Amino acid sequence: MLPSLTDEQRLLKESLERFRQQDYAFEKRKTLLARLGAADDPVWAQLAELGWLAATLPEEHGGLGGSHADLALLMEQFGRGLVTSPFVPTVVLGGTILRLAGSAAQQSTILPAVAEGTTRLALAYLEPPGHPDPACVATRARREGDGFVISGEKLAVLYGNVADHLLVSARTSGEVGDGHGISMFLVPADAPGLAVNAYRTHDSGWAADLRLERVQVSADSLVGAMDSGLETLEAALDAGTAAICAEAVGAMWHLHDMTLDYIKMRKQFGATIGSFQAIQHRMVDMYMKCQLAQSMALAGLAALDSSDPIARRRAVSATKVQIGRAARHVGEEAIQLHGGIAMTDDYAAGHYFKRLTMIRLMFGDEDYHLRRYRHSTAD
Amino acid sequence: MDVRERFQTAALRAFREEVRSFVRANLPEDIRRKVAQERMDLPREDQQRWHKILRAKGWACAGWPKEHGGPGFSDDHRYVLERELALGDAPRPMIYGEGMLGPTVMAYGTEAQKRQILPGILEGDVLWCQGFSEPNAGSDLASLQCKAERMGDHYVLNGSKMWTSEGHIADWMFGLFRTDNSGRKQEGITFLMLDLNLPGVTVRPILLFEGTHEVNQVFFDNVCVPVEDRLGDEHKGWAIAKYLLSLERFGTAEVSRSLASLARLKAFVRDQDPFRHAPEQRESTERRIAELEMELEALEITEVRFLFKQDGANEVGPEASMLKVRGTEIQQDIFELTMMCAGGYGLGARRDESAADVAATRRGQDSAYPYFNFRKTAIYAGSNEIQRNIIAKAVLGL
Ligand SMILES: Cc1cc2nc3c(=O)[nH]c(=O)nc-3n(C[C@H](O)[C@H](O)[C@H](O)COP(=O)(O)OP(=O)(O)OC[C@H]3O[C@@H](n4cnc5c(N)ncnc54)[C@H](O)[C@@H]3O)c2cc1C
Repeated sequence: MLPSLTDEQRLLKESLERFRQQDYAFEKRKTLLARLGAADDPVWAQLAELGWLAATLPEEHGGLGGSHADLALLMEQFGRGLVTSPFVPTVVLGGTILRLAGSAAQQSTILPAVAEGTTRLALAYLEPPGHPDPACVATRARREGDGFVISGEKLAVLYGNVADHLLVSARTSGEVGDGHGISMFLVPADAPGLAVNAYRTHDSGWAADLRLERVQVSADSLVGAMDSGLETLEAALDAGTAAICAEAVGAMWHLHDMTLDYIKMRKQFGATIGSFQAIQHRMVDMYMKCQLAQSMALAGLAALDSSDPIARRRAVSATKVQIGRAARHVGEEAIQLHGGIAMTDDYAAGHYFKRLTMIRLMFGDEDYHLRRYRHSTAD
Repeated sequence: MDVRERFQTAALRAFREEVRSFVRANLPEDIRRKVAQERMDLPREDQQRWHKILRAKGWACAGWPKEHGGPGFSDDHRYVLERELALGDAPRPMIYGEGMLGPTVMAYGTEAQKRQILPGILEGDVLWCQGFSEPNAGSDLASLQCKAERMGDHYVLNGSKMWTSEGHIADWMFGLFRTDNSGRKQEGITFLMLDLNLPGVTVRPILLFEGTHEVNQVFFDNVCVPVEDRLGDEHKGWAIAKYLLSLERFGTAEVSRSLASLARLKAFVRDQDPFRHAPEQRESTERRIAELEMELEALEITEVRFLFKQDGANEVGPEASMLKVRGTEIQQDIFELTMMCAGGYGLGARRDESAADVAATRRGQDSAYPYFNFRKTAIYAGSNEIQRNIIAKAVLGL
């Protein structure tokens, strides 16, 4: 996906390819998924061992200090291999928030454990009725004694049930929709008053709805400055969005390749279906969508390095719109051009399609990001 | 001139009201909920239960003539009935027996076959499935190779059928089998009917990628089928299959089902108000809903134009292919939009199996399932590509 690779990146790419083709081959995936999120999840252990959890974390906290290009490589290969893990919530969302706003103590205790694979994180920001704007927070945190008491409801927290710590957005002042007044808290998963309703997602991952009823946390679980957590939250969500967009590009190319192979081989009416011009044009359209999506995924990742949050927001939202539309097109067409076989559970295409669909739904759909793009101007 | 005016006579209005209140009073709530969840994998027991309720009212097998125990409805009555059943969330008819085999037996069967087969379908006691497709014979159905060898007064079946919907809950299968390979591929195909309990039949489930069990692969290992269970002449099954498939194509526009789905989507947006913090998105969603409504209306009117020809001729030509193409496309778009409106609620793979949790459905918690499941509709019953080929050749003369 990247225009050029350093020697180190080439090695990283090769080991990622080996991993997805051998250790995480589609035939093994079902067995591995049964242990997804368990304390001894073998995939998570392997991601840690191979250094991929550490890859993009800061060097001073046990990471390897990798760039967004390294993140792109990881995500694209995870996409191609349909690698399902809490990588994005833990490393990208949680990692970004702690890196940007965490206290020295929070960083030095949690980030090295993330890099080692001993701690998993989740971000709880979405709330009923599911509007993806992170300023739509009704959950409240009130000062009580030395600490805070948090009450509210969170929706579809990715891997919220397997995380050791939750990063929770809560309102310390203002009203739903206000940009000011949002604070971030680091809440241990076993905090009393925290109820976790976990379920599998369509892409075979995990999510959880949370209910916080007077969850007490200490003063030092505040992450960043009080009332001004939104900026950090937005930055983390943009990083997460750019990451899943890169993953989607990998998944789309994989579907593209599968479909191309299939139509060259599948015969009906005495000819390969790929010899029919009606099918050829459809395949070409898939190819073009993949190329355009790849271009935007690179732009989205590059924008994460921008010091201008407005430019970052615009670029990431443009990326999500382009990738969401392409994901729909490529996913649906891959199924259609295969015919019945792609409708089956034993065949990989449907699972890629489900993952792409979940990516569309995550962190705001095309319609939301179109609006966010239009409104992200210097005002 | 609105062609739908024809359904506004006093008699049809009264009939519409009658159907509406009948469904409201008689459709079991547990079944209604599953249908409202857009499920196409209703258990045998549910399908039979509803069929028998309709049968008791005299409305089962709505397209059948009185002679065979049907209500002998006019096409207008059938149209109104189908619309109201769909809007009331009643299950689809048991299509393989009622919609496909029944009318085909009426057209091609012997008197003995009519007596033997039709009552079981009419009463909802015998469930049928369709064994046409094979692993290597999908769009190119005539290339099928599952073998039936004539041995005296039996055929001996070997090979397999693929994608058999409801094969796991059906009693009997009708299917196409290769009895001769020497001529054109459309020749040498024979239409047989067989009891799935015969020795040598194995039904292997195939799960769809969103987890439902609707289809199966059915294997035949020296299965003996009596010659009396052949429909039409030996080697001449293709013409019968074409007749039967023309019936199938017409049923798949699903305009009424889409009207019901769209009404559900509108109710969801109104009641759950998922865009209460985002007026701009509510606006764009309402625009998309309005667009779908207009598309559906254009299809609805087209269907009526095709079904009820000015000159009274009821033959539906190859242009009916477009009803299937547009019908499935619009239906798929409705489910896509519904899922997008549910947003974060759509992520979970948690459809309540008992359909008891109405609140969950109301939140859109199961909204991704139909989006995934209904991809199949553009593939089966003659894929949308094949339908376009039909229009290109048979309508446009290309
Ligand atoms: C859920 C489900 C239920 C089904 N139920 C039944 C059932 O009960 N009984 C039964 O007999 N069958 C059933 N089918 C089978 C169905 O009819 C076939 O899947 C269908 O005919 C397509 O065949 P195929 O899957 O082999 O795809 P293929 O024929 O291999 O087609 C693959 C792709 O190529 C396209 N294509 C093929 N030929 C052409 C061409 N000439 N020009 C342009 N494009 C072309 C197709 O449109 C499709 O996009 C079911 C299928 C599904 C998915």
